Amino acid sequence: MNKQTIESLDPRISRAQLPTEVDHIPQYEVLDQFVTYEVFQQQKSGGHFIHVGSVHAPNEEIALLFAKEQYGRRGKSVGMWIAPTNAIVSIPEEDVDMFDATPEKKYREVGAYMVRNRVEQYKKDNRNE
Amino acid sequence: MYGNISIVDQAIGKKNAQEDPEKLAAFQAKIDRGEKIEPHDWMPADYRRQLIRMIEQHAHSEIIGALPEGTWITRAPGFKRKMALMAKVQDEVGHAQLLYNAAETLGKPREEMINDLLTGKSKYSNVFNYPAKTWADTAVIAWLIDAAAIINQVTNSKGSYAPYCRALERICQEESFHLKYGYDNVVTLATGTPTQRAMVQEALNRWWRPIMHFFGPPDIASVHSEILTRWKVKMASNDDMRQQFFNQYVPKIWELGLTVPDPELRKDEVTGKWSYGDPDWDEFKRVINGDGPCNKERLAVRRMAEINGEWVRNALKKPTAKYTVPLS
Repeated sequence: MNKQTIESLDPRISRAQLPTEVDHIPQYEVLDQFVTYEVFQQQKSGGHFIHVGSVHAPNEEIALLFAKEQYGRRGKSVGMWIAPTNAIVSIPEEDVDMFDATPEKKYREVGAYMVRNRVEQYKKDNRNE
Repeated sequence: MYGNISIVDQAIGKKNAQEDPEKLAAFQAKIDRGEKIEPHDWMPADYRRQLIRMIEQHAHSEIIGALPEGTWITRAPGFKRKMALMAKVQDEVGHAQLLYNAAETLGKPREEMINDLLTGKSKYSNVFNYPAKTWADTAVIAWLIDAAAIINQVTNSKGSYAPYCRALERICQEESFHLKYGYDNVVTLATGTPTQRAMVQEALNRWWRPIMHFFGPPDIASVHSEILTRWKVKMASNDDMRQQFFNQYVPKIWELGLTVPDPELRKDEVTGKWSYGDPDWDEFKRVINGDGPCNKERLAVRRMAEINGEWVRNALKKPTAKYTVPLS
């Protein structure tokens, strides 16, 4: 086995005497990993909590810490939620076409109701009497 | 930070012929309409494989990219610069987390990606196999390597895979601080004493070639790069991005009275294109295949981190906890 160690410009790395060649490379068991949590951030007081991404963590406490470091270290945050990824329920992909007709439902919108011209007409008609 | 590493996978195209033509056409139509692909949407096996490879290499580049600059944290000149460098290095590691998440949504577990990094099976950007000799090197890295990375990432953020685009948007916002911080450091040295000027010029000379390598060799037209372009996986050619870099940054280097160590570099005022000297693509290939000045050190340090942190991980692990693929 090669007993040479890494010589680095960084004295801390040289002092660690890391071997240049190793017999054993650490390998993880696949899926031997932490649970994932989804992170929701509130950027301003009174604002919505918006999904910003995920973190891997062994428990809720550490998930919150990672979420704060990962998604809250820039800009402003006033609140943060986490939820285990497997607690998120979503509409099945094959059903999302149910939203296709939504924009056509004009009767749910302000623009579908024309009032002013009728009020004006009424006033005009009554003045003429 | 990131570089356009060889994302070439010659097998692409062959497998594509086996996909369901109807699904393939619907997939292509969706991309052509400018819609994004989400993790649960149908996608061709080649698209999935190519994206995993690309995002994974990008994630590794962030985590390894933290090392050359990280070595300067303890020796940063002054408290303010130390704080800023720590923030930058933390950002790079944070970028790796975002990108591993995006790659995970395509079905490759994070642990498998780390395994492949440690064995050398999957690559990271070549530039990080070079040492940061002086403080000026960290300034040049933060300015110009991050500038190159921004060009690359802004381009890729317009791609078709939604989780990758979302990660890149967040990353690009943070990179803009890195760029300005690096520029500030370069300007400080370039407008300083003759010794400081010489130091930053030498660092620029050392990093110029790796920066040219950063965008990857000129693209060769092929069936697979045509497919990747059509799928909006590859959003610009390596040379287009290199040209953009010349346009934006060479004038900024020159106005500081610094020089670029390439006598052939010049802009053709008629075509608007820059010509540049051969940056030694053989060296690029040698370093990618393990024979660079720092390849061994980078992987040894990464290995040390995994070995030294193992007990913490084991202490925290809950045998009953079940992994779920993150949403995005």
